Amino acid sequence: MSGRVLVGVKRVIDYAVKIRVKPDNSGVVTDGVKHSMNPFCEIAVEEAVKLKEKKLIKEVVAVSCGPQQSQETIRTALAMGADRGIHVEVAGKDYETLGPLQVSKIMAALAKKEDAQLIILGKQAIDDDCNQTGQMTAALLDWPQGTFASEVSLDGDKVKVVREIDGGLETIKISTPAVLTADLRLNTPRYATLPNIMKAKKKKIANVKPADLGVDLTSRLEVLKVEEPPQRQAGVKVETVEDLVGKLKETGRI
Amino acid sequence: MAGIFQRTVRLRAAVRHLCPHSTLTCAARLSPADFHGPFLTCTSGQFVASTRKLHVEPKSSSAGAPERLPFSKVTDEDLAYFRKILPGRTITDPDLVESSNVDWLKTVKGSSEVLLRPQTTEEVSQILRYCYNRNLAVNPQGGNTGLVGGSVPVYDEIVLSTSLMNNILTFDNISGILTCQAGCVLENLSLYLEERDYIMPLDLGAKGSCQIGGNVATNAGGLRLLRYGSLHGTVLGLEVVLADGRVLDCLATLRKDNTGYDLKQLFIGSEGTLGVITAVSILCPRKPKSTNVVFLGCETFEELLKTFQLCRGMLGEILSAFEFLDSECMRLLNTHLKLPNPISDCPFYIVIETSGSDPDHDSQKLDNFLEEAIASTFVTDGTVATEESKIKALWSMRERVTEALTHDGFTYKYDISLPVERIYQLVTDMRQHLGDRAKSVVGYGHVGDGNLHLNITSPAKDPALLAAIEPFVYEWTASCQGSISAEHGLGLKKRNYIYYSKPSQAVALMGNIKAMLDPKGILNPYKTLPDNLK
Repeated sequence: MSGRVLVGVKRVIDYAVKIRVKPDNSGVVTDGVKHSMNPFCEIAVEEAVKLKEKKLIKEVVAVSCGPQQSQETIRTALAMGADRGIHVEVAGKDYETLGPLQVSKIMAALAKKEDAQLIILGKQAIDDDCNQTGQMTAALLDWPQGTFASEVSLDGDKVKVVREIDGGLETIKISTPAVLTADLRLNTPRYATLPNIMKAKKKKIANVKPADLGVDLTSRLEVLKVEEPPQRQAGVKVETVEDLVGKLKETGRI
Repeated sequence: MAGIFQRTVRLRAAVRHLCPHSTLTCAARLSPADFHGPFLTCTSGQFVASTRKLHVEPKSSSAGAPERLPFSKVTDEDLAYFRKILPGRTITDPDLVESSNVDWLKTVKGSSEVLLRPQTTEEVSQILRYCYNRNLAVNPQGGNTGLVGGSVPVYDEIVLSTSLMNNILTFDNISGILTCQAGCVLENLSLYLEERDYIMPLDLGAKGSCQIGGNVATNAGGLRLLRYGSLHGTVLGLEVVLADGRVLDCLATLRKDNTGYDLKQLFIGSEGTLGVITAVSILCPRKPKSTNVVFLGCETFEELLKTFQLCRGMLGEILSAFEFLDSECMRLLNTHLKLPNPISDCPFYIVIETSGSDPDHDSQKLDNFLEEAIASTFVTDGTVATEESKIKALWSMRERVTEALTHDGFTYKYDISLPVERIYQLVTDMRQHLGDRAKSVVGYGHVGDGNLHLNITSPAKDPALLAAIEPFVYEWTASCQGSISAEHGLGLKKRNYIYYSKPSQAVALMGNIKAMLDPKGILNPYKTLPDNLK
């Protein structure tokens, strides 16, 4: 086995930022807004780096699809311990319509090209909440998938994954190569330490175009409208139980 | 020798005030030998200071509550009047008044029975006019986050809360001047301004609860003072209601106005004893386009100071905060708040914040600084944050130390200004001095401003421990000509220690001003000025 792990990292609007909808309702405001690595992608990177530290895998490659700024996200992954990066350049209109289907095609192509043993992704991105890329990538490659992972252990050419599911925890054993998606409790991502941040500046980030990978970026989805959720109305205070019953009847609740 | 002479004159005067019956004479020459006791040295290395003589106990315990002054007691008639002018906002339910009687640290408790919540300046004026005529004591209260017992009643003073006076009045986005009522919560003002591309010139851990009126009344410092200066500079105008109900309208919104005495300066930091601030106009800086936070670890305090100098030199104009905490603080954060150390364990930690208008310039400056810091080995470990969420996480390591301490036990808090190079010596000396008597002794604070927060915890309130800490800490501070309260103010707890940092003439003049503005002494009695002034 190559011992190589591909980790997908997505550049999203930082989760602490207040989101604003564009006046024309076509999307959210991204210009001048603080962006950072998707929190679930951070967990994915952390897991990959941990596996390398345990000497269970040999190389961690961080991949990001997007415009020039995606390189910052890759640098963060490098500062956390990834060995090298691949920046798949997608900009302009293509970037606006870039979704799980396109990204999974790119990841699948890269996985073959890099002879990856494992692909680790975040379970979903906090901007679109799709939760599809990992699953689609596995399907395209016809690889097994361990999604919503809260615990991962490598055992020879098999991976034991404890998954977070509605009913509790499910443990499965899948063979490699495989796709894993990281859930919240998988680990706590490390802070990138200064020495590593300095070292990361020297690590390589390769530039690749989707066309080079033979990937068609056409989207089958069209965003019609983006709007804010309805404003929460203020509550009404009542003095007595009779008042409460009266108000409930008034608003047709009972 | 001149330094020693001036020093002993001041100490002598201070001693005279603490013990009015002392027989010390006004002799011009007094040799250091007259003072006996442990000798403390300071960086100036020139003089010595005694600690014994200052220890002369006045009639009642220095920090303990004074006797109740002969104010009137609240009657049903009074309540009827308040209910008439503040319908629904005159609170007498003990459960509701309870929280206004206890401070945030849960160390002092009053027995007020009335909580008033005006919404307008006019209502505050009516309240004070009435209380002045009736000789009823009044305790102005904002967010009740003060740490020196200044925000809660000592006896049955009426609590005058500004919480409902929370309207923003105007904001000019060319000049950046904001005017608002005194009860606006600092964090809300920050959020309002941030939407308009500005920020408040001050920031503190209590921002979610503290109100701007209280901030001004206590001349709050905080995490941004290093960059934006103190409220004495950023507050442009105030509207204050005086003790007799007169409304003093100095709510100018002018950056420059040299017409007569600058009265607002009197009220800034007056801790509610000279008037009740009802509205504030403040100059706000632009929101920085690029903010970075760096968390560093150092082996020694000397290296921390060298890092500070390096930082000042290389980051200069973009430096907006330089804070430190020690390994004991980290231990408390790990233990009580389960916050993990972002880097490896070090004896000292620094939080540096840069704020600027160009992300590229700033990261270039920051990279250069960090490379130099590592190369110089002043810094042994560190991490950087540029994303909002990570920045918040790193700041919480510094901002939540106060919270972590409350979980460690009963906390004795000291907020001291010292020459920067002496800051940690006080912590080390205190640890040695207390030995096993204390549970934890920690130091942290605004090292960039020369301000140490020294905190000592014990499992429960311990008078023997307190006796060991005070006046040791005040005398140590006085020996370096430091301030015994850098930013927390005097309130109830430190009112009698004012002489450690101010000459008696100054304190006497303060008394004159108080008597002029509040002849009946109804505004926040028992606070700020020492007991022996009465």
